[in-house]
Amino acid sequence: MLKISMENIDKLYAAIKESRDLFLPIESAGQVQFAEYTDDAVVRLDVLKTVKSAKDAFFPQSEDLMEFKVCGKEIDVIPPSGDMKEFVIMGVKACDAKSFEILDRVYLKEPIDSYYALRREKGLVVVQACGRPEESCFCNVFGIDATAPVGDVVTYLVDGTLYWDAQTEKGKELTEKIASVFDNADANDDAKVEASKAETKAIMEKLPFANLDLSRFNGENMMEIFKDERWNELYKACLGCGTCTFVCPTCQCYDIKDYDTGHGIKRFRCWDSCMYSDFTMMAHGNNRNSQMERFRQRFMHKLVYYPSNNEGIYSCVGCGRCVNKCPISMNIVKVIKTMGVTDNE
Amino acid sequence: MQRIVDKINELFANGTVDRVLGWKVGEFSYDRTPYVFTKEGGLDGFAYDSFCANNLSKYLIAESRKEGKVLVLLKPCDTYSYNQLVAENRIKTENVYTVSIPCKGKVDVEKLKAMGMTGITDIVENGEELTVTTLYGDEKVNRCDVLCEKCLACQKTAKECDEAIEGEAYEKPHKDRFATVEELEAMSPEERFAFWRKELSKCIRCNACRNVCPACSYIKCVFDNDNSGIASKANTDEFQENMFHIIRAFHVAGRCTDCGECSRVCPQGIPLHLLNRKFIKEINELYGEYQAGDNTESRGPLTSFTKEDCEPSIVYEKGGK
Amino acid sequence: MQVNENKEFRPRIVAFCCNWCSYVGADLAGSSRMEYPADVKIIRVPCSCRVNPMFILRAFERGADGVILCGCHPGDCHYSTGNYYARRRMTMLFSMLDYLGIEKERTRVEWVSAAEGAKFAATMNEFIDTVKNLGENRKLRDLRCKE
Repeated sequence: MLKISMENIDKLYAAIKESRDLFLPIESAGQVQFAEYTDDAVVRLDVLKTVKSAKDAFFPQSEDLMEFKVCGKEIDVIPPSGDMKEFVIMGVKACDAKSFEILDRVYLKEPIDSYYALRREKGLVVVQACGRPEESCFCNVFGIDATAPVGDVVTYLVDGTLYWDAQTEKGKELTEKIASVFDNADANDDAKVEASKAETKAIMEKLPFANLDLSRFNGENMMEIFKDERWNELYKACLGCGTCTFVCPTCQCYDIKDYDTGHGIKRFRCWDSCMYSDFTMMAHGNNRNSQMERFRQRFMHKLVYYPSNNEGIYSCVGCGRCVNKCPISMNIVKVIKTMGVTDNE
Repeated sequence: MQRIVDKINELFANGTVDRVLGWKVGEFSYDRTPYVFTKEGGLDGFAYDSFCANNLSKYLIAESRKEGKVLVLLKPCDTYSYNQLVAENRIKTENVYTVSIPCKGKVDVEKLKAMGMTGITDIVENGEELTVTTLYGDEKVNRCDVLCEKCLACQKTAKECDEAIEGEAYEKPHKDRFATVEELEAMSPEERFAFWRKELSKCIRCNACRNVCPACSYIKCVFDNDNSGIASKANTDEFQENMFHIIRAFHVAGRCTDCGECSRVCPQGIPLHLLNRKFIKEINELYGEYQAGDNTESRGPLTSFTKEDCEPSIVYEKGGK
Repeated sequence: MQVNENKEFRPRIVAFCCNWCSYVGADLAGSSRMEYPADVKIIRVPCSCRVNPMFILRAFERGADGVILCGCHPGDCHYSTGNYYARRRMTMLFSMLDYLGIEKERTRVEWVSAAEGAKFAATMNEFIDTVKNLGENRKLRDLRCKE
């Protein structure tokens, strides 16, 4: 394990920047987001939750797909350039790191999404163990260990020192390149990291949502849950905004749109939300016409449909962003608690 | 709160109302969800406290079209939104029973977080003091320091309702609601541009500001209409961010009651009320003081005119440097 | 607008003209052979009141450097009152653009009657000069529309 004092952390950023683009949790106008590192950026590795998740790195909110140029009766199709600089995303927490695996199962399955695959190939994920979990965290419910995130490099931020532990070939290769900025960690440091991990684990255990019961979402009650009357109660206050979807690390739906530039067409894709009235709009209209159906879709997808297609893995990582951000305070925790028990219990 | 519960039970019992639009408790003591309570289901889980910030008036567009009479609880600021919706014929008033309830300003949990508190599991109110329990220890804060932005400048008193439940006297905070707008106006255009770029570039186009807004009550929004040519769903360019927010504010200009919900729900903390207040300030200065939702009759300032109105060129003379 | 170093900057102007007065005024300017630059693209609208704030914004999006709205003089609207509404609406829009830090001189409203061909030409010339001094519109355009 290597280490670097937070006082010198800019040296680490600069070293990475020499060969790759670097994305970090950066504060701007009072909010922390993953954004590209610049010299005057305010980096906040200490902040637990960025407003949006880290999925933007691999699946950006909007992304150009291709371009069409019209010239008389000819149409030129211009594909994306395909060259992209290698990049590093640092400060990814365990929940967001796990979400990449969930997105992979969608986008790297045949037919492979080449845009996503390219970013996955070029991207290196530096994860960071959580120090101060929040009341809305429930990653442990999905078998995630907040102190042992999965990534190319694992880091721990303890007492003003960042500990750096490369895990994969990719991670080791980067570490070799920038090794000069680090010091070697000793046994004393190992003990510090272990102590911090134990401390976090102890907090994780007593979090309010630590014991959410998912047993009813076992893939066998699909129609029962689908037809449950209580959806009518849960959805009622839903505004139909896309906050939960857009802050969610695992939501993966997108829409493809054309932008007419006056001299051609730019085709882009952007995140879409199943909470929107024009989601999956087709020529015949929409297949979910009421907000109840849209609301139900979102949670059925996360807790029932996705697991039934993916060996029981839920499409939620318990990051709790929707718990914090929903304008009317309705969220997946309330849905799990309500639908997790049968009506007559 | 007890008086509200008693009143509702009384109205349930004598058959005046069938349903109640109120707030329901959630997972934490500070998490409240709008909810429709029914006579049969009773008031189980009903709450009214410092965390019931949601403006319930917009729900009436749908609720008032259902069978039976619905009672709605309106905070003073919400009564204006209600009036405005009635003025625009969006609510079937014959199915609504309005009850105004007292409000001493609502607490904004985001402000507690901005003070550095994380892992908030409980907030207990004791007069003017809040005890905040977090996973990392307890803290005490003054209630007035953590009120919602919308409550800091609120001078509204409840408009006439079918029933009024009065509260104890409460001295409202005296923030000038146009102070920040004036500060911005005093800046140079470049500074203003930089300020808004920084704020608006955070926008994730979740539409929470639009969907929560009682003035945005159209059945189909122009930004959802694929044929409008602007329904881009995402901010694909700086221009899209600017346009969405200019148009959103413009569409509610003259109808916005300044209820402040847009800023409160923004997941990115964009001060959207500053756009609305700019319009309100301009309207007040150029066309005379106007408060949307003050009554259910008057025409909004942008759907009326006088022959003596100023010319648009007035903008060249006023405003910032 | 392409900025060619060798060529002087020629702003693109979009002029929304009401069908009953200003469009006829523009026509009169043309048939009387009064000069104003060809950089003004006229869009005919039934009434100045038809112009929705979105029209103005979208003109900027697509690369306009200045947008001007011309209608009948207040009191002379073909539909009696349309321009009174337009007047309030545009005042609001312009002050909002200014509030966001966008140069307010890029937008303008001018009342031009069917008989005022000379005024139309003079207004356009003056407006073009103003916008020319401001330079290219950078703050309110969609970069993807750039050729």
